Amino acid sequence: MSPTFVSIAYLVAAVLFILGIKNLTKPRTAVKGNQLSSIAMLIAVVVTLLDQQILGYSWIIVGMLIGGFIGAYLARTVQMTSMPEMVAALNGFGGGASLFVALANVFDPSMADNSVAQLSIGITVLIGSVTLSGSFVAFGKLKELLSGNPIKVPGNTILNGALVVAGLLLILANTMSPGGGWIFLLVVVAIALGLVLVLPIGGADMPVVIALLNSYSGIAAATAGFISGNTVLIISGSLVGASGLILTQIMCKAMNRSLPNVLFGVMAEGGEKIDADEVYAGKVKSSSPEEVAMMLETAERVVIVPGYGLAMAQAQHAVRELANVMEARGTDVKYAIHPVAGRMPGHMNVLLAEAEVPYEQLIEMDEINPQFEQTDVAIVIGANDVTNPMAREDKGSPIYGMPILNVDKARNVIIVKRSLSPGFAGLPNPLFAKDNALMLFGDGKKAIVELTASLKEAD
Amino acid sequence: MDLLLLITIFVVALFLGVELITKVPPTLHTPLMSASNAISGITLVGAILAAGSGAGVLVNILGFLAVILATINVVGGYLVTNRMLAMFKRK
Repeated sequence: MSPTFVSIAYLVAAVLFILGIKNLTKPRTAVKGNQLSSIAMLIAVVVTLLDQQILGYSWIIVGMLIGGFIGAYLARTVQMTSMPEMVAALNGFGGGASLFVALANVFDPSMADNSVAQLSIGITVLIGSVTLSGSFVAFGKLKELLSGNPIKVPGNTILNGALVVAGLLLILANTMSPGGGWIFLLVVVAIALGLVLVLPIGGADMPVVIALLNSYSGIAAATAGFISGNTVLIISGSLVGASGLILTQIMCKAMNRSLPNVLFGVMAEGGEKIDADEVYAGKVKSSSPEEVAMMLETAERVVIVPGYGLAMAQAQHAVRELANVMEARGTDVKYAIHPVAGRMPGHMNVLLAEAEVPYEQLIEMDEINPQFEQTDVAIVIGANDVTNPMAREDKGSPIYGMPILNVDKARNVIIVKRSLSPGFAGLPNPLFAKDNALMLFGDGKKAIVELTASLKEAD
Repeated sequence: MDLLLLITIFVVALFLGVELITKVPPTLHTPLMSASNAISGITLVGAILAAGSGAGVLVNILGFLAVILATINVVGGYLVTNRMLAMFKRK
């Protein structure tokens, strides 16, 4: 196949990737977008397989069979609650693939015969390795193999800085004198950098990390494209890089945090320690499913506020069941979605979609907030920091300024929670002590099922 | 190819990506992420070239590993995105 034909086919693939991403940004066309982008991938792969430079197919075919089997198995068996882990792992594989492509080119003198190619190899090795090790730390944290909380690395900022500088120097050394073994030292340094970058990030900052690593995996593919001047790699890699950056920015904004603060594990300086006992002191009222069911019987407007606790308890189906019963009684039911509810951007929407909640009922924060005053009952399930009024009222609080769901403005607030334990931010929630708030202690799923049963009995 | 031209493509594609994605609704953030993940598996093209080249066994083995990882990314990414999007379909 002539090089011109290959280039034209790559161009077609690039255009289809662009159209695919464009379509993926609207609910109505998203399925088509995913199909267009997979067709683009198929074209790019088939054309590459027919390329004259390919001499033997055995490694390729065996590799694709193994990878295809693993990929299909993962995609079929993964639970929707585990989607953040899945995406973290995929990010890691993507970064790792680009890393190995770069390393293969190190040993192929025909590929990397100039300093631009060597420079690109160095940059790809750096970003690919950081993505690989960083993603698997994120995976470990999400899967709770590692502590989900920030893990302090002593002298973190200095260590990060030193590793970045060492990485850049090694890239430079490799470009000046290729084949000097610099590249392997670079792999070690970059793997270490990925570890120390992600270890100190934890809890509520996880959505940012995943979005950021997603971006890195794209950039690694793009820089791998620079090694041999492959346009389709550069274009599609940078599209992914840009998309990850945008999502990173959205997540940072939703938490009122700056990206450097997330990266270096800095929380806003809290004033004096806030004592949970003082906040709650005898003001917390506990309730029973029967009592809450009575309240729901007369409610006209109910807003459900799901959080990560809902995902942990796998309660999305139970919640949908409760909503069905309420709707059958003529109650207006909506869901309030905070942008960082869950552990990755938009995760809560996926969980609720799994339970067949129509997406018209999922209302974003800015739209639902003014409606809480007309809401009879707000039911908060496993959401903590995103409903904490301290973010609005307490200037000294570490989460001050973070946009929250104003559930406290609803006439009644029911909080379904195991205990009064704090969320990711480690803060007590004054919402629990408000006059209009009732705690429904218990496992999210069990509590909702009991509530639904009580409400059904009322008929 | 001329380096400057490649850099131009890179920068323009970055801006294009930003323009395309700025207004995406939260409902689609997770599917978009897994789909873009599949797209970053485009590095499979580079992996195939390395795995199938005659540049020595070491190059083939590294390419082979890259093919495995990139294919997991591509197949896993597209299938899981499809699974999620199927749930968003109107009934």
